[in-house]
Amino acid sequence: MKEKLQKIRERAMAQIQAAGNLNSLNDVRVAILGKKGELTSVLKGMKEVAPEDRPKVGQLVNETREEIERVLDEAKKKMEALVREEKLKAEVIDVTLPAKKNQVGHRHPNTIALEEVERIFIGMGYEVVEGPEIEYDLYNFEKLNIPEGHPAKDEQDTFYINKEIVLRTQTSPCQARVMEQGKLPIRMIAPGRVFRSDEVDATHSPSFHQIEGLVVDKNITFADLKGTLEEFARELFGAETKTKFRPHHFPFTEPSAEVDVSCFKCGGKGCRFCKGSGWIEILGCGVVHPHVLEMCGIDPEEYTGFAFGMGLERIALLKYEIDDMRLLYENDIRFLKQF
Amino acid sequence: MDTSLSWIKAYVPDLDVTAQEYMDAMTLSGTKVEGCAALDADLENIVVGEILKIERHPDAEKLVICQVDVGTGEPVQIVTGAPNVEEGQKVPVVLDGGRVAGGHDGKLTPGGVKIKKGKLRGVESNGMMCSIEELGQTKELFPESPEYGIYVFPENADVKAGENAVKALGLNDVIFEYEITSNRVDCYSVIGIAREAAATFRKKFVPPAVKVKGSGGDVNDYIRVDVKDADLCPRYCARVVKNIKLAPSPKWMQRRLAVNGIRPINNIVDITNYVMEEYGQPMHAYDLDTIAGHQILVRRADQGEKFVTLDGQERTMDDSVLMICDGEKPIGIAGIMGGENSMITDHVQTMLFEAACFDGVNIRLSAKKIGLRTDASGKFEKGLDPNNAQAAIDRACQLIEELGAGEVVDGMVDVYTGIKEPVRVPFDPERINALLGTDISKEQMLEYLRMVELEYDQEANEIVAPTFRQDIGCLADLAEEVARFYGYDNIPSTLPKGEATTGKLPFKLRVEAAARDIAEFCGFSQGMSYSFESPKVFDKLELDGEDPLRRAVTISNPLGEDFSIMRTTPLNGMLVSLATNYNRRNKDVRLYELGNIYIAEELPLTKLPDERMQFTLGMYGEGDFYTMKGVVEEFFDKIGMREKKVYNPQAGKNFLHPGRQAEIRYGGKSVGYLGEVHPAVADAYGIGERAYVAVLDMPSVLPFATFDRKYEGIAKYPAVNRDISMVIPKEVLAGQIEEVIESKGGSYLESFQLFDIYEGAQIKPGFKSVAYSIVFRAKDKTLEEADVAAAMKRILKGLEALNAELRQ
Repeated sequence: MKEKLQKIRERAMAQIQAAGNLNSLNDVRVAILGKKGELTSVLKGMKEVAPEDRPKVGQLVNETREEIERVLDEAKKKMEALVREEKLKAEVIDVTLPAKKNQVGHRHPNTIALEEVERIFIGMGYEVVEGPEIEYDLYNFEKLNIPEGHPAKDEQDTFYINKEIVLRTQTSPCQARVMEQGKLPIRMIAPGRVFRSDEVDATHSPSFHQIEGLVVDKNITFADLKGTLEEFARELFGAETKTKFRPHHFPFTEPSAEVDVSCFKCGGKGCRFCKGSGWIEILGCGVVHPHVLEMCGIDPEEYTGFAFGMGLERIALLKYEIDDMRLLYENDIRFLKQF
Repeated sequence: MDTSLSWIKAYVPDLDVTAQEYMDAMTLSGTKVEGCAALDADLENIVVGEILKIERHPDAEKLVICQVDVGTGEPVQIVTGAPNVEEGQKVPVVLDGGRVAGGHDGKLTPGGVKIKKGKLRGVESNGMMCSIEELGQTKELFPESPEYGIYVFPENADVKAGENAVKALGLNDVIFEYEITSNRVDCYSVIGIAREAAATFRKKFVPPAVKVKGSGGDVNDYIRVDVKDADLCPRYCARVVKNIKLAPSPKWMQRRLAVNGIRPINNIVDITNYVMEEYGQPMHAYDLDTIAGHQILVRRADQGEKFVTLDGQERTMDDSVLMICDGEKPIGIAGIMGGENSMITDHVQTMLFEAACFDGVNIRLSAKKIGLRTDASGKFEKGLDPNNAQAAIDRACQLIEELGAGEVVDGMVDVYTGIKEPVRVPFDPERINALLGTDISKEQMLEYLRMVELEYDQEANEIVAPTFRQDIGCLADLAEEVARFYGYDNIPSTLPKGEATTGKLPFKLRVEAAARDIAEFCGFSQGMSYSFESPKVFDKLELDGEDPLRRAVTISNPLGEDFSIMRTTPLNGMLVSLATNYNRRNKDVRLYELGNIYIAEELPLTKLPDERMQFTLGMYGEGDFYTMKGVVEEFFDKIGMREKKVYNPQAGKNFLHPGRQAEIRYGGKSVGYLGEVHPAVADAYGIGERAYVAVLDMPSVLPFATFDRKYEGIAKYPAVNRDISMVIPKEVLAGQIEEVIESKGGSYLESFQLFDIYEGAQIKPGFKSVAYSIVFRAKDKTLEEADVAAAMKRILKGLEALNAELRQ
């Protein structure tokens, strides 16, 4: 019996060795370990073995079986690895072939710039508000300290619907509207479309966008205005950005300033982009004029504030080096896809 | 506003700065210098030369050989072709290695033209004598220049051979261009800017000392002035000059005017221009002998009154325009332009000087109405200080005397009704510091204020602002004065303290951001179009004559008809953009826009119109109606609109394909529409492919939008699937079938999906085959066959009512 098992084992080993693929390996398994396999038939012949020898023979059979199974498994694993390797080899692709891109759309450069600005100010605790694009003269001018006959009213080349209603020339009326609601303190920015009767050319558009900012609280100072806008400029144009505040005049702020940032192309050395000056003008700002506070129902003795306003297109044109404003409103897909 | 550095220095004698230093410091103290031009930027090594001897060139008929004394002892030899040279003349000479600004044809060469010695037809020439054009100037500004040829210094000019000719011509100067803000009327004058320069550089300000000697007589014997409309003319000053001697003004005056870009004419005209530049006060000179009755009347024009201005043009007035009249007739439009009938001519003997103050707004409106904006009106419309008028007229008379241009009659007629007093502002240094965030001492503040003549009245503790400072009216104005001389740079940078606030984006803007995200995920790029358009777009979109969209808000002063109405639909903008892309052969274009339309409650507008944000999608190329519908539904999903969307094919849009349009309804409300652009409309816009649009009215969408989400659990019990297939009349919509499934499916109905639709050979005409897969599931048990069977029975029965024949 022992010899018989030994023979089976040897034959099995030889056959396993000889098996060239997974199928023939399986054939070996069936031939030896299968229902009608050689080893199985040995087990079936156990009844002929003397009862006292059975445990021993049984153990022998099991040992043989286990060994064959182990070797079979090893061989199988090896063979499978080989097969996988072959398959992988056959599946090599050219990774430099063109990508299959999802045709995603692109955001307008104005919106990208706006979202940047919004992100910065929301981070500083500002709320984004909106105001009407068709606005009362009262809010667009009068409540901003620009009474009838004021030269600023003419300078702004206003589109009129009628005597009382205009297309807003600035986002500043949002200041008056928010202040009138009387909820203090105020920290807000108001982006939106504004209109001035400028003919269309590379640097002018009768319709463009501004972002207004307003802070009203107790003890707000010009120094706070400086600190806030310096922070903003560094966030928007890079940590190295320097700012320069130049005295200016706006009817609804006093003192007022225009703000230049160090040219983000040349770092302030002077280049074609900043016309050699090293500086680029980006916004106007100032301490809210006490008359404006008063007209909007806020006590200027108790509260002070600052306001600022910037042109969105200007920022977009500067940041993305777009040389013609008309491109922003043509909606040519070849332009939009670049953002 | 332009000034030359030399003119500023005349009033700030200690000023010693480079042009760059001047620009930077002035800009930082509030007088923005926008640019500067050095007149001698391209002039180098140019001296005064005296022509000693002229000989003919041996080999060239048109050339002569000059020996020129250039102050070096030995004369230099210069060959020239200029026709006007004579021995004894003094002329500008550019020496070997020097530069001139351009050619004698007046064309300037950037960087200048280098002059080297050389030979002209074999004769050595060691430099070049210059024409005024070669020095970068014009005959207009240097009227003594010859018509053609070399500039020759006038015989009486105090110049010596060898001295710097650029300096001798007053060209060693820099012109600054300023941007003066509208509140600083006083800075539209050389004196105003000089005052700022003195304060900026902490130097002494020395304005002209004005004194008129007078020649006796009494002005009141010459002229009488009545101001009828004093509201428009707060002050009218008049002085008389007799025995006028018209002559060119002196070189120094000509030079100052020339570098400011004003052409010298004669002493009288030049004096008025000079004083206008210097004091910012326009003046007018009348020939007194033309003034009927020797009488001036200031009054409003009659409606339709006609008048010939001194440029020879006839102008028509209305009754808001202020006129200067004599005893019989108008002789000038106040503050804008004098009349032809009273202008100074070469025969003038006695002259009336006018320095007045007119209402700025009125002048601005009048100039606009008449269509005549002059240097004078440009100054008046800013609103001048009436107290400046007297200083200016006296200064003009002083110059008349200094120039020997005439004899000034004693006295001044002064009709001054709108007397302007200095403004007083309580001085509160603490509050100024509180406003600025600074810690500047009271003394320091007072010093800054004093520099610009804002005096301190200690007793009243008030700052007294001179009347030319019309911008000073409250403490904030004083704070600005302090800040700009303290230096904006020196003010610290802090962040607002106090109560913290939450930064936020309102819900509406969050929904718009979601719209952008979805549109872009779906391949649509963001466009922007104008809010105003042409009223013709309504016809282009084939809107009915009575369509309410035609009721647009109209701009009263548009840039042109094409930009004259506020849009009531976003479609035109979108179609124009698609067409632009189509024209440029861009393929597969998908665009979206988020922008307002403007819907008036009533016209003409009495209150603000309803501004409705529209989410507009447009595309051509790859994709169809259902692609567009997919984008709309993705958006609804994103903003939590998970209920049933109803697509009503009777959208009633003329501009859309009649069989491919749908009104989008949600929660029983119309929220927008989509469809294929009507081929006729696509044609009108020049879009040569099928184009699709969708428009969502955001105010209608917003009430349904939410970003709240609730987890509903993942189903635990198995689903039961049933497929049904039917043949149904062609005109029955999928929506109707789905409505049946939905309404009859019962509480176990989980979902259903169309998986096949077919019309054709195997189906009888007028019918289509439609197949749905329906899923049932219970939350709390495994469904029994009986549960599903009942639901299916109800559905099938419902479908039979739609004339569906079931194919099992």
